[in-house]
Amino acid sequence: MEVEEVYSSSELDRKEGKAINELIARSQEPIPDPDQWLDEELKRNILLTSVDAMLDWARRSSLWPVFCFPACCAFEFMTTAASRFDISRFGMEIVRASPRQADLMITAGTLTWKMAPQVKRIYDQMAEPKWVIAMGACAISGGIFRSSYSVVPGYNRIIPVDVYVPGCPPRPEALLYGIRMLHQKIAKMSIAAKGK
Amino acid sequence: MLADYGYIGLFLVVAIFFAVTTLLLPFFLSFPSRLVLYFRRFTRYLETHYPFLVRFIPPLPKFPRFMQVVPYNPTPVKSSTFECGMETIGTAWVRFNFRYYFYALVFIALDILVVFLYPWAVELRGLGLFGLIAALVFIFIIVIGYIYAWRKKVLEWK
Repeated sequence: MEVEEVYSSSELDRKEGKAINELIARSQEPIPDPDQWLDEELKRNILLTSVDAMLDWARRSSLWPVFCFPACCAFEFMTTAASRFDISRFGMEIVRASPRQADLMITAGTLTWKMAPQVKRIYDQMAEPKWVIAMGACAISGGIFRSSYSVVPGYNRIIPVDVYVPGCPPRPEALLYGIRMLHQKIAKMSIAAKGK
Repeated sequence: MLADYGYIGLFLVVAIFFAVTTLLLPFFLSFPSRLVLYFRRFTRYLETHYPFLVRFIPPLPKFPRFMQVVPYNPTPVKSSTFECGMETIGTAWVRFNFRYYFYALVFIALDILVVFLYPWAVELRGLGLFGLIAALVFIFIIVIGYIYAWRKKVLEWK
């Protein structure tokens, strides 16, 4: 039976290693950041400006983050979400465990290639339109682990990143600033523009 | 007397109402799908006889998608049933070992034994010799069952 074959751990390991090697081979170049609409300010359709304004306001006022906290930046995110810095001021206090209900991925932490297919899969399953904040040095470039064979040198190798928040780890103020930047980026989106 | 007949009449009215409702329920339940069917027939008629008209009638639920207000990029991964980072392994129709069931049965027997022994142990002095003998009889019955299961090789995992 094929069930026996699938349930042997060596077979699983071989399949997983093959998938990871394929992913590494596919993602040697960083994915360009999605920012095409930022330069299309003048090309805006005059009929759609109020629709755009309303849609963008609705989208940026209720960003729902998804769980993607592989490493220590997660603690800074927890601090951001907790009472002192209070992320719910931006309408995003509910961190969803389900990617179907989320439209923002705050990638807090070092990502290994073993974990990369899972993160990519979660990103693929998120509802459109979706955004990504790369939080911390590891998320931007791999950080101090960049030269390691097992660490993804930046999340933009596997998923398009909208906003980068530097720091190791970034303080909650820095993350809130990144969220404000993302708000400004979303505010410039248009349903008539290409991209996203 | 008359009140009893009144109740019988009321029962009949309720029974008839219930029967009629039950009989007509499938019709009412199928009504929306029937509407969809009529709508499809109508659109098919339009397509066959007036093909140039259909081009200007976008389906209403897809209107935001048609206007590209809502991005629509389905992929196999996105449309998959399970919303998990891990891919599903194998099938859900896995056969579990039947011996789990034996273990559960023996566990339930001993579990009930403990449930009965606790109140007896709390009131041990008050119940006296009769309580002790009754508890011993109870334990004896359970132990017979346990030995039976043991002899039947339920406790061996093969």
